[in-house]
Amino acid sequence: MTDPDLYISVLPFYAVIVSLAAVPLILMSTRRANLREFWTLAASLVKFSLVFALLPGALEGRVAVFTFWEISPGIALALKADTLGVFFALIASGLWILTSFYSIGYVRGLDEHKQTRYFASFAVCLSSTMGIAFSANLLSFIFFYEILTIATYPLVIHKETKVAIDAGRKYLVYTLTAGVLLIAAAAWTYRLTGTLEFQAGGLFGDLSLSPSVVTTLFLLFLCGVGVKAGIMPLHSWLPAAMAAPTPVSALLHAVAVVKSGVFGVVRVVGFVFGPELMNQFGLSTMLALCAGVTVIFASLLAFRQDNLKHRLAYSTVGHLSYIVLGAALLSPASLVGGLLHIANHATMKITLFFCAGAIYVAHHKEKISELDGIGRAMPWTMGAFTVGAVGLAGVPPVNGFLSKWQLGLGALQAGEVLPLAILVVSGLLNAGYFAPIVYRAFLKKAAVPYEHGEAAPAMVVPLVFTALLSVLLGLNPDLFFHFYRLANIISGSILGGAGP
Amino acid sequence: MIIQNSPALIPLLLLASAISIPLLAIRKTGIAYVTAAAAAFCAMAISAFNTYRVWESGPITYHFGGWIPPIGIEYVLDPLSAFVTLVVNVVAFVVLCHAGGLKDREITEKATPYYSLVLLLLCGANGMILTGDLFNLYVFLEIFSLAGYGLIGIGEKQAPVASFRYLIMGTIGASFYLLGLGFVYIVTGTLNMADMKTMLPLLYGNPAVTAGLTLIVIGMGIKMALFPLHGWLPDAYTYAPSTSTALIAPIGTKVAAYVILRVLFFVFDVKFVDQTLPVTDLIGWLAAGGILFGSVMAIAQREMKRMLAYSSVAQIGYIGLGIGLANPLGLIGAVLHILNHAFMKGALFLVAANLRKNAGHSDISKLDATYRNRLPWSMAAFTLAALSMIGLPPTAGFFSKWYLALGSIDKGNWVFLVVILLSSLLNAVYFFRVLEKVYLLPPTDPEAGKALPKLARRRAVGQEEYSLMIPTVVLSFSLLLLGLWNANIVKGILQRIIPPGM
Amino acid sequence: MTDILLGHYAYWGIIALLVIGLYGMMFKNNLAKKLIGMTIFQVAIIMFYVASAVKWGATVPILDPAIGAADAAKYISPLQHCLMLTAIVVGVATIGVAFSLVIAIHRRYKTLDESTLLERMKTS
Repeated sequence: MTDPDLYISVLPFYAVIVSLAAVPLILMSTRRANLREFWTLAASLVKFSLVFALLPGALEGRVAVFTFWEISPGIALALKADTLGVFFALIASGLWILTSFYSIGYVRGLDEHKQTRYFASFAVCLSSTMGIAFSANLLSFIFFYEILTIATYPLVIHKETKVAIDAGRKYLVYTLTAGVLLIAAAAWTYRLTGTLEFQAGGLFGDLSLSPSVVTTLFLLFLCGVGVKAGIMPLHSWLPAAMAAPTPVSALLHAVAVVKSGVFGVVRVVGFVFGPELMNQFGLSTMLALCAGVTVIFASLLAFRQDNLKHRLAYSTVGHLSYIVLGAALLSPASLVGGLLHIANHATMKITLFFCAGAIYVAHHKEKISELDGIGRAMPWTMGAFTVGAVGLAGVPPVNGFLSKWQLGLGALQAGEVLPLAILVVSGLLNAGYFAPIVYRAFLKKAAVPYEHGEAAPAMVVPLVFTALLSVLLGLNPDLFFHFYRLANIISGSILGGAGP
Repeated sequence: MIIQNSPALIPLLLLASAISIPLLAIRKTGIAYVTAAAAAFCAMAISAFNTYRVWESGPITYHFGGWIPPIGIEYVLDPLSAFVTLVVNVVAFVVLCHAGGLKDREITEKATPYYSLVLLLLCGANGMILTGDLFNLYVFLEIFSLAGYGLIGIGEKQAPVASFRYLIMGTIGASFYLLGLGFVYIVTGTLNMADMKTMLPLLYGNPAVTAGLTLIVIGMGIKMALFPLHGWLPDAYTYAPSTSTALIAPIGTKVAAYVILRVLFFVFDVKFVDQTLPVTDLIGWLAAGGILFGSVMAIAQREMKRMLAYSSVAQIGYIGLGIGLANPLGLIGAVLHILNHAFMKGALFLVAANLRKNAGHSDISKLDATYRNRLPWSMAAFTLAALSMIGLPPTAGFFSKWYLALGSIDKGNWVFLVVILLSSLLNAVYFFRVLEKVYLLPPTDPEAGKALPKLARRRAVGQEEYSLMIPTVVLSFSLLLLGLWNANIVKGILQRIIPPGM
Repeated sequence: MTDILLGHYAYWGIIALLVIGLYGMMFKNNLAKKLIGMTIFQVAIIMFYVASAVKWGATVPILDPAIGAADAAKYISPLQHCLMLTAIVVGVATIGVAFSLVIAIHRRYKTLDESTLLERMKTS
């Protein structure tokens, strides 16, 4: 692709700031719950429409840029809504709308404490996620990445139980360490190149570097973004963080936070190092190996979890590494597959988490072994769950199939068979750990008849909606958002930038 | 006229007000506080004006009594000294604003001499920063220290002992400085910094210069609490009245760090201190040790003020590390950290003061959500300052770490890089320990902060008085602005202070 | 060797004083004795400066009509003396502050012995 057409626009800035601007409003309306929730919903809708407005430009290859001011001599805090950024921002902001509705149903259904803090932190998280998506350079990226780390903490410890506090500690240890390593990596890169600007195809240019420097630098980056991306052995904060309320797990630990990590991996692979360096120094093999191991082990570990959310968490760890694998293989189809999986996994996993939350609110059940016969009491919820589970196992027509198909193609394009094998095995494992849940829900009889039926409509409607979305996107990946086209453009820009 | 004299104005103004306070406040002790605050405000305004002038039209010098240096004493306002005086005076003014609400509790009956001492302390600090004469610097150093001993000694029961220890250590430090100065003076025959800088290159082989520099660095190292010479600091900070701590912690050690910086890079040569006699290396490694030691010790403390004191030892290490790097980025990091740490530690010690005023103690193990309900804004300020100490963007602390990290990479010193980043994590450990308690431990007194008489509510949020809350919040929230606009500070001022030859 | 020892006897004396002073400050248990050590230390430094001003065969730096102003080498250097006047004042002030602290300590703990003091600080 030729040089993208840059134009100055405040849209990215507004998209970042809108939920931050909602925070004071949310804090001020502590006493009036309806007004407070109105602010959240309004912010989410406005944010989504702003991001959506950037979509046509992104499809035409035009890039909106917005620069705040310099935050270090020579490095500005700058936003750049390139295709990859818009792609990620669309997913996160779109699902935030649904999560907001769902959250309201969830926290009211459970009569949670400190709802104001909850909604305010949520809004900050989304702001920083947009910032991550639109960061034009590495320092801006770190800037928002660290804000996201801190803004998520109050959500992880929301329940304020011992388990939650321990999870919060674990979360901080992992993510702060990662942040520190990322800073080291960025500082080093800056001293080597004199720039931190993301560039499709890598920012090192013609710099001749020794293998040990590149490898160390890559490892630093990998640890930096890999913690949020849940690459093994850096994943263990994620299952622990399931102590958070379910909407948090749904949006942040299936979409925003973890995808920020994966997004970071894609940024690092495609826009910092670039395919050429990745291949030249064997970094892609290293990354693919990590991802492959993670996919298999996470799926195996998922079997052992009886807690529904923990099983979903391990499943998330596995699926995040699909995306990393796609990025590591660096073939056109694998990149498209990986990117598509960012969107597809998001819709499917959020459905599953929504279901887990709905079950918890309606019946206070968290364990899979307690779910016998729940399908009859909650047909819509469990129906949606089945759709999500089927999709994650990679069965058409749900969208999970498409991304896996592309990933598989990509593996063949790259001339590797092992990744293909991993994909197939992990598909089976996925089916293996989701099947018992569906089986129990629909085919086993409940020991004690259920007292309630479905959860509140505010919860059921979003989850049915996301399930529907998963199917629709599976039938036509270009529906509404043109995810497929976007993914193709991104993959072209990363790989095209490297070719002679 | 007044503009030409502006370098000398601040110390003289502070000295004059310090002396006049006891006279003015004979009848009404209330006047003491007002005078002190007014003088601090004027000092702040003048230093802001000075900084602006230096920024616009370059350095200004002032010759005392009209004697032309090197014979006369010279005051120099260059970007570095203008910047550091501005930092010192701003923080001092904010802390003094806060002191008004505390004086009833901590320094009953001693308010008049107390404020007199505060102004003397500030006079000493400003004089040390502005003077261009090395012996004059010693005199101001002693004014500063003597006022400091007094301010610390006024505190709790153990305070005089802590102050006495500080006095012994401080006097050794100051005497070492004087002795070192003697050596350098004997061979150069001048006390003027600029004059000495022109003569020293001829004398670098002379053992007297080596001995003199070493003694000066050790002496100032004691004053700066450079590890392992920090022994006096934790006790002094812990037992002093909260206002004294909030004043001395952001200012005291920084001024000494400034002197080391000034002497190493502006009197001696960068090349000499970095290569011929690797003093900077020594300082850098000691500072790195101090960062780790201070952070680990801070984790072990139960008392908040003591924890913050050990954290100061660590943070001084950052400045020392920046000096030790002896490259432009390191220097920028060090001077920026003088600013950032002054604001952070100021804010944190003010929170500790508010806590003591409200709860009567600042014992971390006794903290819980009660205090968050009672002091919501103070705790918010604490959180923000803590995030800055950990070094998370967009707060100021992130950026001093960023420059120091860049500097370490420039120097190729990976150990320093690791130390800087590791200390971030250690800071996180001891600050989140407090935050967890304050925000997550269920309150022992669920009614805290709610049942307040109506009258009190008008003056306070929760149980916080505005007079105590606002300065704390101002210091703490400025960290956000300092972080976001740090590039302007760096480009406008700090890049101009880099000495030639670096 | 003897040259070095004898030629700089003033400096050897000063070094001895410095060491005695430091020893007093560091190792004496009694706070008042520490202050005596401190004074000796400071005096040693004052002596050091004054000694550095000495010239053989020169006189005090007061204008003497018999010598005149032309030959500066006949006077010893005045600057060190001026500096030390200031240093003496500083030293006196330090001692003053120090003794007031010692008095405050004695009032609160009824002892000036450091080890006893530390014990009493722990128990209180």
